[in-house]
Amino acid sequence: MRLSKSWIIASKDFKTFLKKKNIIYSIFVVPFIVSFLFPIIIYYEQGKGGGGIPANELTVLLPAFTFFYLILAGLIPTTIASYSIIGEKVEKSFERLLATPTTDSEILLGKGISSFLPPIGAILGGATIFMVLMDLVTHDTLGYYFFPNWNAAAVLFLMVPLAAIMSVEWNVVISARVSDVRVAQQIGMLLILPFAGIYVSGELSLIQLGDISNLLIISGVLLAVDVLLLYVAKATFQREEILTKWK
Amino acid sequence: MIETENLTKKFGDLTAVDAVTLRVEEGEVFGFLGPNGAGKTTTVRMLCCLISKTNGEARIAGYEVGNDADSLKIRKLIGLVPDNVGLYDALSAYDNLDFYGKLYDCTEAKRKENIQRYLTMLGLWEKKDVAVGTFSKGMKQKLSIACALIHDPQVLFMDEPTANLDPESSKTVRDFILELKKEKRTIFLNTHNLDEAQKICDKIAILNTKLMAMGTPEELERSVSGRKTVVQLVQMSDAVLVALRKLPLGDMAVDGNTLTVDVKDPDKENVAIMDAIYRAGGHVQSATVVGSTLEDAYLKLVRRENK
Repeated sequence: MRLSKSWIIASKDFKTFLKKKNIIYSIFVVPFIVSFLFPIIIYYEQGKGGGGIPANELTVLLPAFTFFYLILAGLIPTTIASYSIIGEKVEKSFERLLATPTTDSEILLGKGISSFLPPIGAILGGATIFMVLMDLVTHDTLGYYFFPNWNAAAVLFLMVPLAAIMSVEWNVVISARVSDVRVAQQIGMLLILPFAGIYVSGELSLIQLGDISNLLIISGVLLAVDVLLLYVAKATFQREEILTKWK
Repeated sequence: MIETENLTKKFGDLTAVDAVTLRVEEGEVFGFLGPNGAGKTTTVRMLCCLISKTNGEARIAGYEVGNDADSLKIRKLIGLVPDNVGLYDALSAYDNLDFYGKLYDCTEAKRKENIQRYLTMLGLWEKKDVAVGTFSKGMKQKLSIACALIHDPQVLFMDEPTANLDPESSKTVRDFILELKKEKRTIFLNTHNLDEAQKICDKIAILNTKLMAMGTPEELERSVSGRKTVVQLVQMSDAVLVALRKLPLGDMAVDGNTLTVDVKDPDKENVAIMDAIYRAGGHVQSATVVGSTLEDAYLKLVRRENK
């Protein structure tokens, strides 16, 4: 496997994304809205009478908010992967690309990089803004800076990448079955349901998202699903399959 | 340069390419003719190591098609112009070419040189920074050919390069192929366009799942079909047709008062034809002997196979 080949393919995709405003919006708008929205909500809640949200509730609420970035990690890469992979189908450029001296794995990795890096960059950038603003609005109530902490690190640097990888792999599998970017995105979004379920469970205190051991268990499950999906994606992304069986 | 022996591809129960044996010499322009679904694209895809073969052997420049270790080497020395242009509409012509140049490991200097060379040759240099999405079909097709040539491949596979192009663009593409022929590149040309094949190919094969015939355009014209006698009558009548059908002639076609008969030996058969017409009360306005064309040969072979 030659990483340089994958990087050439990813770089071409980055160039394409930069020319398409809707892709740029898909990558950056939601993470940045969320990053400002949650601190603003807390800020206004704190400003209300009665002392606002008590410190013990904030320590439950803030990890749950952080978990929202996991949902974004499931959501945004699927949008980008749809453009990256189905875009090749729509432009009928797969045959020419597959005829170059690159292996299936190199092309798959290139597509993975282009679908993974921009959303991860946007999510981590948004999360940084979120943590800084949250610290500013909660410091008086908590008496300390809540972020950064190990839980947030586990979510952002372990679970978010694992969820994003899952999202990309899931989209490769979908791409074999559909030939429309929007349909692929809609099916791809089904992936956020389990993450949304975990987020809601955290908000309802059914799962303690502030407990690092719970996060590691969820990460283990994500890793196992990633490995499984990698095999399925690799089996799907074979040049003969792409040219003769993909819709 | 390209050799196949009993090359076969099956998709389940369907045989797409059946035991094709052919040989293309270095520097030759090889025309691959056949109706839709004849297996032309499937053959090219097998030769370009895009899909696996079911049976048989194929070699390109000595490398074995189907051997994993040779696949990357084969793909490095070939260029493919697919039937769909397959370009990135959001990127400029320059960026499209640069991308493929990088994938073929061309140095930056070589990429720059070849991009300028081919875009200039194809009249696209002025548009090098324009997004391909704004290009006409003809311009896209030219750029598609340039993409396949960016790494100076020894063998160029072209799948219907002039399909859906206007006559002027088709001519530009044909002239460009002739330029490449002068550079002694081996070109494997899938086409429906018989006139194009006749004009630019050194050798032609006719495929209809099986290989029906192969040879130079002249050989095919001569071997597959003889000559034709075209007789213009003052008035066609049933009596004339009955009289002609009694003669041991080849295929006969009637279009109004025009009669076209396949003849093997015009000197002998034309006398019998004229005599039969005269005896049946017919009057001949004119009679011409014409040579059969590649189109005649092609249609005859394909129709025979379909029967």
